Amino acid sequence: MKVTYYPGCSLEGTAVDYAASIAGIAPLLDVELVELFDWNCCGASSAHSLNYQIALHLPARNLALAEKAGRDVVAPCALCFNRLKVAEKALLDPEQEDLGISYGGGIKIWDLLDYLTQKAFLEALAPKVVAPLINLRAVCYYGCLVARPPAVTGKTDYENPRNMERLLKVLKIKPIDWSFKTDCCGAGLAVARPDIIDTLVQRLYERALMAKAECFVVSCQMCQANLDLAQERISRKFGKDYYLPVFYFTELIALALGHPEAPKWLAQHLVDPMPLLKMKGLA
Amino acid sequence: MENPENQPMRPQFFLAKQLTKAHLSVASCFFCRKCSGGCPLTFAMDILPHHVIRLALLGQEEQVLGSETIWVCSACQTCTTRCPNGIDIAGVMDWLKEEAVKRGRTIPDAGVMAFHRFFLESILDAAGRVSETRLLRRYTLYKMRRNLNLTELRQNINLGWKLWKRRRVRLFGPPTLRGKAEIKEIFRQGEF
Repeated sequence: MKVTYYPGCSLEGTAVDYAASIAGIAPLLDVELVELFDWNCCGASSAHSLNYQIALHLPARNLALAEKAGRDVVAPCALCFNRLKVAEKALLDPEQEDLGISYGGGIKIWDLLDYLTQKAFLEALAPKVVAPLINLRAVCYYGCLVARPPAVTGKTDYENPRNMERLLKVLKIKPIDWSFKTDCCGAGLAVARPDIIDTLVQRLYERALMAKAECFVVSCQMCQANLDLAQERISRKFGKDYYLPVFYFTELIALALGHPEAPKWLAQHLVDPMPLLKMKGLA
Repeated sequence: MENPENQPMRPQFFLAKQLTKAHLSVASCFFCRKCSGGCPLTFAMDILPHHVIRLALLGQEEQVLGSETIWVCSACQTCTTRCPNGIDIAGVMDWLKEEAVKRGRTIPDAGVMAFHRFFLESILDAAGRVSETRLLRRYTLYKMRRNLNLTELRQNINLGWKLWKRRRVRLFGPPTLRGKAEIKEIFRQGEF
């Protein structure tokens, strides 16, 4: 199946591991990702914080390009997805002032996790699992913006999404239920207010540990960065010795399907998942 | 600033009208405080989200436009999602940030604003995409000039080195877009 792929700026930078794992598993799932031609930055939190106009026009340009390409568009980044949806809503709203961009609403905007957990994909995935990830105790962490606000994302299960759990079950992981799967990691405050990240993320670590989890599974590179990059700093600050690897769901698919490159991507994390995988007899 | 608890409040209507014009009406707030109840960032705020909405409705510009809260909000959208009256609270926070900058107010959380500004500038500089490396370098230099914290600097260099070793630092900038003129036009129209 061919879809337009809008990677976003982070996947060209600090989240190259996420990008590589997506490119790695796509052919195994018979998905052909065609990169959106000439895509631009969505403006992220910074644009909508400082300039409503720019924050709307940047993703609107991407959306118009995607429609021209004629296929549904998939975004692996929660914020890119959210901004595309915001632009879609504005472009299709007759009450909104004209943005000077023509968009007919002919394509669907997907976030990557939703796209890959469609029923047909999960059914096709099940027989391909060669290395079931049994015994891995994981909590799914969805973060904020793939689901909220539902008036923008169109999601119905925004308080308690379940599709990542459904995916993990196919990979033979028994997902652990917990109450913090859509809580905020602090996102774009990571650079300017690391102190805020520390409080929010430490809370997530503690809650995950209370649920007896050994790792997180995420579908957003910003969540991954805040949970992974800050772990050493937070451990030091709170006098704890946290060890909670943070997997992208795509990396777990790669592991379960026996993709030979998976260890290479995992080695790019700051919290090395290998000791955990070895302990579980999965690597 | 006057202590809001001890002073009789004189309602003003300008701010609420401006918000309504921006499709962000706050008039239907009935003070249920669900926004503040669900907000994960209240620990870092000076006034709570429901205060922001109420004070905006009462036109208390000093207090809302000067609050740290609007800059601490991470736009996680929990409040907007849960408001029983459909008020886009996170949208109001954004609007207030933009308005505070427009009016040339002193921003209590200057670092957050500087980061946002550098982010937008880096899109404009590269005419389309953000280079995280350049953005972080720029912000670090800004921080060093303002307040040199050697421990923090050492931690950041250490983190950068770890990312570098893991090939997660991109040295060359983003590609030049074919639509770079369109991007420049977007920024020109947005008066940035």
